[in-house]
Amino acid sequence: MSIRVTLASALRVLRQVRRDPRTATLLVAIPCVLLVLLRYVFDSAPATFQHIGAPLCGLFPFILMFLVASITMLRERTTGTLERLMTLPLAKLDLLAGYGIAFGLLATIQAGAVCAVGFLALGLHASHGAWLVGLLAVANALLGMALGLFVSAFARTEFQAVQFMPAVVFPQMLLCGLFVARREMAPLLYDISWALPLTYAYDALQRATRPAPLSAALLVDVLVVVAATAGALALGALTLRRTTA
Amino acid sequence: MLRSRLLDLRARAAATPNAGHRLARMAASAIEVRHLDVIRGGRRVLEDLSLEVDGGSVTGLLGPSGCGKTTLMRAIVGVQARVTGEVGVLGLPAGEPGLRRRIGYVTQAPSVYADLSVAENLQYFARILDVGADRIAEVLDTVGLAGSERRVVGTMSGGERARVSLATAMLGRPELLILDEPTVGLDPVLREELWRTFHGLAREGATLLVSSHVMDEAASCDALLLMREGAVLAQTTPEGLRAQTGEQDLGRAFLAIIKTGRPAP
Repeated sequence: MSIRVTLASALRVLRQVRRDPRTATLLVAIPCVLLVLLRYVFDSAPATFQHIGAPLCGLFPFILMFLVASITMLRERTTGTLERLMTLPLAKLDLLAGYGIAFGLLATIQAGAVCAVGFLALGLHASHGAWLVGLLAVANALLGMALGLFVSAFARTEFQAVQFMPAVVFPQMLLCGLFVARREMAPLLYDISWALPLTYAYDALQRATRPAPLSAALLVDVLVVVAATAGALALGALTLRRTTA
Repeated sequence: MLRSRLLDLRARAAATPNAGHRLARMAASAIEVRHLDVIRGGRRVLEDLSLEVDGGSVTGLLGPSGCGKTTLMRAIVGVQARVTGEVGVLGLPAGEPGLRRRIGYVTQAPSVYADLSVAENLQYFARILDVGADRIAEVLDTVGLAGSERRVVGTMSGGERARVSLATAMLGRPELLILDEPTVGLDPVLREELWRTFHGLAREGATLLVSSHVMDEAASCDALLLMREGAVLAQTTPEGLRAQTGEQDLGRAFLAIIKTGRPAP
């Protein structure tokens, strides 16, 4: 593991994003626009907007970084640059950590923009501070990135990689409690929801946005998200092979 | 000339641990393959293949497409899975982490970032190999791309992209360069220049294994490995091939070897 190589990898990914300003703009603008849309969809039910919108500010980066990371890594595989990297003195962790730093920075910008729109312009309220939602959003973005890097190994084309979003992200969104409280779901789904990392990400966001005093439960949620991120990265490292058929 | 080459070899060897031992091996053979078998997709692509490549030489790996040239090169680089037999590279087993700094590999399809500029690509790989900006300028000059630093690779022609990929592989001054069809799609002038570059690198002590399916490039090589259907038909030199077959044209000489149908002993 080398800091020089890690930082070089992060810089390279950021330069790739900079070379594609449209993608960078979309990454920041789309969640903001969707949040505005949501605000007017729930025009006559501001309580519902608050209930869904506030935690959603911290979930958008999860969804988008999942997609961006899986496609970036897939490209790395299909264009042969991953194979070249694997023949060079570069540790797999250097590459993954480089991705983490680059996407973490992007997620920070994205989360900052979404939180500014949600909590400043649209009047959403976070009982324990919008900054806490922003921090959780960055952690969730890294979780999304790690899952995206891992599942990209199972896609051969970008078309397949895009399909993993409805396959991996949507069920977690449905079961995490954002739309319907988990206790109201069928018992089997409730049990399954305990095994999905986004459940904990949402739980933390809920605690940050609701008035109830913060407890150690928030810390547990965050630890589960961090552990799931580390686990997905470890699985992702296993899919980076030095030798291929 | 020979003296300076030896001095250079010694300087290279002294920079790495276990110097004397490695120098002795490198001078003898840079690549030693014994009884190599490779299975891809349930098919035996290479079968009981043995060969040696001398250090400090340009060896041409020739044969029709699909004969296993790329698989053999991948086995030597150490990226090929399901390999049995012995593959020794610069005195170490192929795929050893210690070799990653010492081998440059250029795949058939240019493996560089199409969305980055030439300079951004080389800067990234230079950081990985821990070499400086002066080395980037050197390799760009060698492949004839000085002045193209700011161009985005995706906007360049196929031949130019191939040269960016080649420049990347040369960054770390590798002792062994494995080049898979590096001159495909290049104009004759540039091809000529690249072959001269290859020999220049060999004079400095590097070993080059260059694949091609164009027989007229065989004349530019110090040594030849002729392959067909996963086996080495002949390990020879351009002169040796001409003498053995009585054909002056190397393409026809290769065809003559194929007709005898017997792999080299």
